[in-house]
Amino acid sequence: MKHLLSTHDLDVPTVAAIMNVADHMSEINARSVPKVPALLGRTVASVFFEDSTRTRVSFETAAKRLSADTMSFSASTSSVNKGESIRDTIETLSAIGVDAFVVRHASSGVPVSVTEWTDASVVNAGDGWHQHPTQALLDAYTITRELGTGNTLAGVRVAIVGDIMHSRVARSNIDLFARLGARVTLVAPGMLLPAGLAGPGITVTDALDDVLPDVEVLYMLRVQRERMDAGLLPVGGEYSARFGLDERRARMLSGDAIVMHPGPMNRGIEMVMDPAELPGSRILAQVRNGVSVRMAVLFRLLGDGQLGA
Amino acid sequence: MPAGSSFVRIRLTRPPMTAAEVLTRDQVDRAIARIAHEIAEKHPETSSLVVIGMQSGGVWIAERLAGHLARIAEAPLTGSIDVSMYRDDISMRPVTPVAPSRIPVDLAGRTVVLVDDVLYTGRTVRAALAALNDHGRPGAVRLAVMVDRGHRELPIRPDFVGKNIPTHLDDEVSVGPEGVIVARPGADV
Amino acid sequence: MTDNWEHDSGEATAERAGHAVTKKNGATTGGRSIVIKGGTVVNRGGAARADVLVVDGLVSAVGEDLTGDEILDAAGCHVSSGFVDLHAHLREPGREEAETITTGTRAAALGGYTAVVAMPNTEPAQDCPEVVAFVKARAAEAGWCDVHPAGCITVGRLGKVLAAFETLASVGVRIFTDDGNGVQDPLIMRRALEYSRHLGITLAQHCEVARLTEGAVMHEGQCCSAMGVPGWPAIAEELMLHRDIELVRLTGAPMHFLHLSTAGSVDLVRRAKADGLPVTAEVAPHHLALTDELLRGFDPVFKVNPPLRTAADIAALRAGLLDGTIDAVATDHAPHAHHTKQMPLDSAPPGMLGLETALGVVLTAVSPDPVRVVETMSWNPARIAGIGAEHGRPVARGEPANLAVWDSSRVWTVDRASLASKSRNTPFHGMELRGRNVHTLLRGRVTVRDGIAQESGDARSIGSGGGR
Repeated sequence: MKHLLSTHDLDVPTVAAIMNVADHMSEINARSVPKVPALLGRTVASVFFEDSTRTRVSFETAAKRLSADTMSFSASTSSVNKGESIRDTIETLSAIGVDAFVVRHASSGVPVSVTEWTDASVVNAGDGWHQHPTQALLDAYTITRELGTGNTLAGVRVAIVGDIMHSRVARSNIDLFARLGARVTLVAPGMLLPAGLAGPGITVTDALDDVLPDVEVLYMLRVQRERMDAGLLPVGGEYSARFGLDERRARMLSGDAIVMHPGPMNRGIEMVMDPAELPGSRILAQVRNGVSVRMAVLFRLLGDGQLGA
Repeated sequence: MPAGSSFVRIRLTRPPMTAAEVLTRDQVDRAIARIAHEIAEKHPETSSLVVIGMQSGGVWIAERLAGHLARIAEAPLTGSIDVSMYRDDISMRPVTPVAPSRIPVDLAGRTVVLVDDVLYTGRTVRAALAALNDHGRPGAVRLAVMVDRGHRELPIRPDFVGKNIPTHLDDEVSVGPEGVIVARPGADV
Repeated sequence: MTDNWEHDSGEATAERAGHAVTKKNGATTGGRSIVIKGGTVVNRGGAARADVLVVDGLVSAVGEDLTGDEILDAAGCHVSSGFVDLHAHLREPGREEAETITTGTRAAALGGYTAVVAMPNTEPAQDCPEVVAFVKARAAEAGWCDVHPAGCITVGRLGKVLAAFETLASVGVRIFTDDGNGVQDPLIMRRALEYSRHLGITLAQHCEVARLTEGAVMHEGQCCSAMGVPGWPAIAEELMLHRDIELVRLTGAPMHFLHLSTAGSVDLVRRAKADGLPVTAEVAPHHLALTDELLRGFDPVFKVNPPLRTAADIAALRAGLLDGTIDAVATDHAPHAHHTKQMPLDSAPPGMLGLETALGVVLTAVSPDPVRVVETMSWNPARIAGIGAEHGRPVARGEPANLAVWDSSRVWTVDRASLASKSRNTPFHGMELRGRNVHTLLRGRVTVRDGIAQESGDARSIGSGGGR
């Protein structure tokens, strides 16, 4: 697999291999000079058609710490949404010389098309509502390292709460966590739950309070305010009251439970309390691990030329 | 296959090989002990040494050396180093990092004894020197190897050697606590 | 389905006479005869081996051992009335980069079609006599097959104001549709049905409740949930279908339902027909063969409106086609310029080519008997389109020679680069089909011979006097 487009491409041995390499990267990142020459002379181009400073910076940092050269292209989706322009951009950059593209776009499926327009490796940094595989990897990595479960999530009880319908993070995490053996509970209001997601290891509910005492990992998704404006959700504070993480709910968690969020947060909506006051919060660890995991992915793709174990 | 041995190279399809034991278990033990004495002789302040084993073949030897030094003088600091990120052939062949490096101290000004099982082209040692530098600029680096099998491609030479064993390019050398074996392609004559 | 308008001889005869004048071009005068030899002729009574002799634009004999000046080899083939497509987007005027009337009708002729109903979502729309006349003239000039422009139900297809049905009916328009969109407003639809009831025209509805399909990319189901794109639920089609069936019941006016795509829709139409309501329905070949799983690769060539659905829907549509619930196969031929089908899935325009592959897909996916093939691809659509005086006729002495000769066992692989359409968006590229049209005759003139379109200068009538 010379691309990372979707968590569906990741089998258990590949995930283990990536996590093992990520441990190396974590060690490197802890040094005073966090840099190794592993990808010297390689070029990683981040092509972001949808705004995201944090993910782009995370990938660029990962590339630079491996001594790769970086190129950065960002365009707002509205001006560059015609197929020809995405293709033009990719082909032009490829001609300059790119070893790996990191692509984010508001439309699901764009990274798949990108693989047809270049010989470089392609990493999906988020496409529409579809997939965000490096986020799922860093989330799984964070959980395994925090809970000390090795390279597996067997039996780990995870609750994913929020707008599952519109969340590529949710789709990726549900797929990857379930494959790694986790017991996943999806908590969302009915209209934010896509059909057909329940399955082996996956249950669905809209009663958050019932789930909290038992859960080892509470994963909160952001809910965009625009959903409420579009008439998709009831008005007022009803969403926060039913699904938001406030102090009362934080107290219902067990002492060892960890709380995660992919960022950025919508304070007051899904995060009613300040996560800094949550001892179980691992949100900053996610960010740190994001760099390590992305370094591992880039190293495997550009070093080995393939992601698989 | 003797347990604990490390192979220099893994081939998927193997021609018939003839194996010869060139060092027995006892000879390996004595070589390590001798190297420890040589180190102590050259560097009497053994407690300030940092003995670092290269992943993965040099780690057990480094531990043994450290054990000997602790008995004949004072225990040095120990660690291990994985040089996967520093290899010069990363895109040429699969590189699987083994375990994250464990460097116990800032190496600035320190004398490092770098330990590996087999010295061959010298490229792995070159990578290790680059890797060590990222943990501080050592005052000096000494190289200790169990086997020097020749065929250097870079100007690298060991300071302490268990045994010099001339080999052919397609020989395979495996080093373990039970002994050293050289396997050569070709049926048993 | 009332067919009293078929004998509304005043307009039909005049039109037919007008056609004959315009089309009297060099190829069939002078008494040159063509014999279609060795084929199996399909008529309502069944299929039987017979030769067919064509002279001066008419079938002059059907029998054994006929001879003529020119021979079309039909060994191993069926001979039937030419196919009639109720639903094709020829794109001209307005989107000629995707298709023109010339390239589209050439593709139709290759597919065995002698007549095509052209959808009105052109630019400008076919909602006035000028545009209707333009389309007809371009088609006559190209000479590949007859084109019958459909009119719009509402002005500009905006769903707000009824179009001038009678004005368009007076220039020969028989089918009215806002295809591309459904008529959302139930009051508008009711008024349209009440008004059209006495005009001898048929309204055709694209069933889609727009509020339930905003931004939709593909069928709402398991595949869509995994892929993270907005879905097009089956109920958006079924709700409008149900509404309009009840409006038909209320008003008594006939209605034709375009491109059914769900099992629920088939059931609704079956019950409506059982109740004796004047409704007809069509299905597109791609809905008989392809499922939503094809979209997993995010390739927009599989994006279509209504979308590809599930195996259960396909099974129900096939059964409906075989048991008479669905009257006709209609291609919904929708060419799109290549670069538009390379856009991200959610922005790419929906639509697939269909004219050249329809026969092959129907035979491969459904395998109806030959009579049912001709019923659904020629006789019924000709009747529904109101052109049953010229097309969908029996293969018999004195009938207009609008004929297709097709081989139901010929295996071929679809190659998008070799199709006659200006566009390439066929979902069947690389797929093997069993069944292909071989020869086509339009009023006795061979438009396609051995699968090759016969470019002919005669098609552009010189001094025809008619035209524009």
